[in-house]
Amino acid sequence: MARAVTPRRKALTTAAAWTVGVLIFFPILWIVILSFKSEGDAIRTPIEVLTSAWTAESYATVQERSDYFKHFLNSVTISVGSTLLGLVIAIPAAWSMAFVPGRRTKDVLMWMLSTKMLPPVGVLVPFYLMFRDFGLLDTRSGLVFVLMMINLPIIIWMLYTYFKEIPAEILEAARMDGAGLREEILYVLTPMAVPGIASTVLLNIILAWNEAFWTLNLTAAKAAPLTAFIASYSSPEGLFYAKLSAASTMAIAPILIMGWFSQKQLVRGLTFGAVK
Amino acid sequence: MATKASRSAARLMISPAVILLLGWMIVPLAMTLYFSFLRYNLLMPGMEEWTGLTNYRFFLTDPAFFDAIWNTLLLVGGVLLITVTGGILLALLLDQPIWGQGVVRILVIAPFFVMPTVSALVWKNMFMNPVNGIFAHIAKALGLQPYDFLSQAPLASIIWIVSWQWLPFATLILLTALQSLDSEQLEAAEMDGAPPLKRFWFIVLPHLARAITVVILIQTIFLLSVFAEILVTTNGGPGTASTNLTYLIYVQSLLQFDVGGGSAGGVVAIVLANIVAIFLMRMIGKNLDA
Repeated sequence: MARAVTPRRKALTTAAAWTVGVLIFFPILWIVILSFKSEGDAIRTPIEVLTSAWTAESYATVQERSDYFKHFLNSVTISVGSTLLGLVIAIPAAWSMAFVPGRRTKDVLMWMLSTKMLPPVGVLVPFYLMFRDFGLLDTRSGLVFVLMMINLPIIIWMLYTYFKEIPAEILEAARMDGAGLREEILYVLTPMAVPGIASTVLLNIILAWNEAFWTLNLTAAKAAPLTAFIASYSSPEGLFYAKLSAASTMAIAPILIMGWFSQKQLVRGLTFGAVK
Repeated sequence: MATKASRSAARLMISPAVILLLGWMIVPLAMTLYFSFLRYNLLMPGMEEWTGLTNYRFFLTDPAFFDAIWNTLLLVGGVLLITVTGGILLALLLDQPIWGQGVVRILVIAPFFVMPTVSALVWKNMFMNPVNGIFAHIAKALGLQPYDFLSQAPLASIIWIVSWQWLPFATLILLTALQSLDSEQLEAAEMDGAPPLKRFWFIVLPHLARAITVVILIQTIFLLSVFAEILVTTNGGPGTASTNLTYLIYVQSLLQFDVGGGSAGGVVAIVLANIVAIFLMRMIGKNLDA
């Protein structure tokens, strides 16, 4: 809204907005600060913390003691793997619903969405038992599959809304020029859909990275991603503030940066197009 | 435009997704439903037997169940109240012309990207801890007795933590909706002498109604399943003071190995979530037609 306002009013609203913004962001800022302090300094009063010496020793200790990098790789494998696997299944499905809609397309879309409404705890027991029986407990492949299925409706739905925006005439023109179905998808649709696909990938990696129900319940030491690794600090170990902070900072930094780039897609992906 | 060939190709391309989701939905659901009628404990393998509705009777008459339902309602209701009110206020603030709007937006949105286990542990240790937390330091500086948030007010503390995570979501959605408001309408009202509160009540709020509903419904779906925040802070305690339905079922099935009872609880959770889901689906469906 481009309304003319007095500079004084703008200064006041700016001050208010920045105050609120910094307050909301403060817990994140604080763990970043604590992560660069020694264990002894990290538990002091805020002013003493700020004036104490800076050190990066906690980062080294976290890696050394708990093999942080392994859990980081687990997180990467699980979130990227589940998203890419989801894409392979979702792109053809979204393509066909967007460009060859039938009478029941809308019902199919709505039904797919409805599978997302199932509370995970309602199917915790069967999954736990199936995972146990198939030897999938505490494996990355098991989690890749589960997270892929959880996010599949969102992936399909997002791709569908992006594909919908591509004018069908362009595809038709390509067909007229003798392009087969394969060429049509590969050389005409895909290049135009890349931005949409990229946003979908981004948002779903974020969602999978932060997923904390299945990752906590289906993993132990071996396949645990960062969500589960951090949860191990809930014991008295959590009182080692500097180490907890260092581990947390490393766990959230990559996703925070990705998240800032995907603000707009977030609205679209999480409201299923109900708010644009 | 669609030829017969492309129709059958389309059907072929959609089938993997449909088959997978169908299996995903039906197989575990059927298993949960089946287990819920069995006496089935993982510590006593081979002793499974049909018990009819016994599990439901036990689960639904367990005092912990009522605590859990009550806590779930408080948790969902409390977080919704905080995030929706806070979200509206924040969206209104961020919609004003301010310097550095982009940066403030980034700061406000950030908590949404923090994984639940991190945000819960950070609040628990660095802020709410009665000895070394920031709140304790502040209390001591003011000469007050530090307050042990997680044992004195466990549910309220968890509501606070979860609200911090979801406030960005509500703000972002409401801000997006606010930016689509026609400013001419507001200007006209302003010229007609409508005071700010009236303009908000009669123009802005009705315009936001739809987005608010969406925020409430989507958050409810996720908030019914809050789990990690409870697991790493209070473990549902003291007693059942901060146990929600999701956590209760987790305790029953994976800590007490009572598959039958846990499954009965799971069925109850599914029924509750579906009541919300029906309203949400109806709203999204309406938008699909538009």
